[in-house]
Amino acid sequence: MKRRGAGFASLLWAGAFLMGAAAAGAHDMPAPAPRSSSPAAAGEAPRRVVSINLCTDQLAMLLAAPGQLISVSMLARDPRSSVMAEEAQALPINHGLAEQVFLLNPDLVLAGTFTSAATVGMLERLGLRVERLAPAYDLEEIAALIRRMGGLLGREAQAEAMAAEFEADLAVLRAGAAESTRPRAALYEANGYAPGEKSLAADLLRTAGFASVAAEFGLDYGGFVPLELLVLAEPDVVIAGRPRAEGAARGEEILVHPALEALRARRGVEVLPDRDWICGLPATLRAAGRLEAARRALEVGK
Amino acid sequence: MSYGGLMAALAALVAALFCASLLIGPGAIGLADSLDALLRGRGEAVTLVMREIRLPRALLGVMVGAALGASGAALQGFLRNPLAEPGLIGVSAMASLGAVISLQTGLAAAFALALPLAALAGALAAALLILVMAGPRGAALTLILGGVAISALGGAASALVLSLSPNPFAAAEIVFWTMGSLADRSMVHVGLMAPFFLIGLALLAPLGRGLDALTLGEDAAEAMGVSLRRLRLTLVAATAALVGSATAVAGGIGFVGLAAPHLLRRAVGGAPSRLIPAAALGGAVLVLAADVAVRVIAPDRDLKLGVMTALVGAPFFLHLIARARREGL
Repeated sequence: MKRRGAGFASLLWAGAFLMGAAAAGAHDMPAPAPRSSSPAAAGEAPRRVVSINLCTDQLAMLLAAPGQLISVSMLARDPRSSVMAEEAQALPINHGLAEQVFLLNPDLVLAGTFTSAATVGMLERLGLRVERLAPAYDLEEIAALIRRMGGLLGREAQAEAMAAEFEADLAVLRAGAAESTRPRAALYEANGYAPGEKSLAADLLRTAGFASVAAEFGLDYGGFVPLELLVLAEPDVVIAGRPRAEGAARGEEILVHPALEALRARRGVEVLPDRDWICGLPATLRAAGRLEAARRALEVGK
Repeated sequence: MSYGGLMAALAALVAALFCASLLIGPGAIGLADSLDALLRGRGEAVTLVMREIRLPRALLGVMVGAALGASGAALQGFLRNPLAEPGLIGVSAMASLGAVISLQTGLAAAFALALPLAALAGALAAALLILVMAGPRGAALTLILGGVAISALGGAASALVLSLSPNPFAAAEIVFWTMGSLADRSMVHVGLMAPFFLIGLALLAPLGRGLDALTLGEDAAEAMGVSLRRLRLTLVAATAALVGSATAVAGGIGFVGLAAPHLLRRAVGGAPSRLIPAAALGGAVLVLAADVAVRVIAPDRDLKLGVMTALVGAPFFLHLIARARREGL
């Protein structure tokens, strides 16, 4: 009897611990909404939009009418991943789980094409409208994404203005890169990941007037490049992120490896945070502008 | 083969594999260029590769292997049980936990030695726990059950801490802390491990005589003037320093502490005082060979060392057991 009692007590203890953990995690979530009686009719702009993908989060925040976007993904608040982390503080966050999203009673869910198929399938089974946006692989595609998002949110005019400004700025940058001497730049990220030739990051480099070393490694979309191959490639400039301040990861230690630091010291130094090339956004062009300035400084220095 | 001959052969093998580790890598660098860069600093990029990437990797291979082999042999000698091994009894898992906690709390960033010290503390806790539970005789069942429990606890707690990290890259690193890798380690890591490695070896060196006496039984050992209490405390401290510092820089690498002493036990005649130095060299051979192999098999994938040591070690180990049974040993 005594033994059974002890076993029961430990079960209770474990249960209490789990519930405590759940409660601790729950404080930041948006409150569930009552189910609306009339979903937005076809052709009408959606009124309760939930985004569960970092890239749609940021595009929607740029374009949505006040109050239209009711929740964004948790990553939108991470300043290392998101260029709009501050704006995202004002919005309730979700963790991209079907149950949580359904309870928000959205009339439009925005997801990426790489969002978990199980989650999207479940949301569609529950009768929600889910729109999936593909990531941008070059800068031109960003203008198309802006227009598509505008159409989905019923904000066509705002989107057209934003896309037109983007295209004008892009044309100026591309023209400026025409007379570049094309110094060789290597993009290098956590775990030794190098974005490839067909990635948005590579187009960012090309637009800024650099040649990408990724081509020499034969990388299409990206891959892992051992540090010693990077060193032996002797790039003119290394463009890399920096480890984050909070929460250490061994994968990011490579960004401060003495060999990479030596390379940075002898060659160019350029910091390009992940957030600038993960998602195609108007801000991506500002990053391209910064890289272009760095390229011009490098060419003057030679 | 005489003991001296065996040690010389092992040392030669370590030296050969150390050179192989320096000369083999994803970047195809000629032999002459490699040596020129390493010794005389010729060629900017090649020198950087040889001195800052390959040299620390090879040095860590020797130190990590020697630490695991020597502590495995010493633990087996003290517990008189061939199953005692840092990975199997949970010392590596708890060392990983300590390292993970020091990294995630920012302690390691604030003060560099916090990383090996925290791993050492984890290893110390596990070693004390297992030696207290198993008692001086090292009952096999207690050792295995206790080891499984401590390993599971350490592994689960590390996974929990990494999963809760604000850094999205951290959760992907659970496999590093359980399988181990020497990829992208630098001279900074060599510097972090070296003092604890040397202290651990210095603590272990004088234990040989006591462990030899212990093979005759506790009473006989006590009668020969061996203080079991002191022996045990020194052993725990040495194991913690060796395994803790190795795990802090290379993650948990299994099998080396088990296989190295086992492979060499017959050749040295079984006396712990002779086995410990031989197992240190044997462990270095195993880790260096595994680290060369992962670079040959998958140069751009960071294949984990624990994958190689277990894939190669486990079948060989099973073969040894089968042979021992056949011979009625």
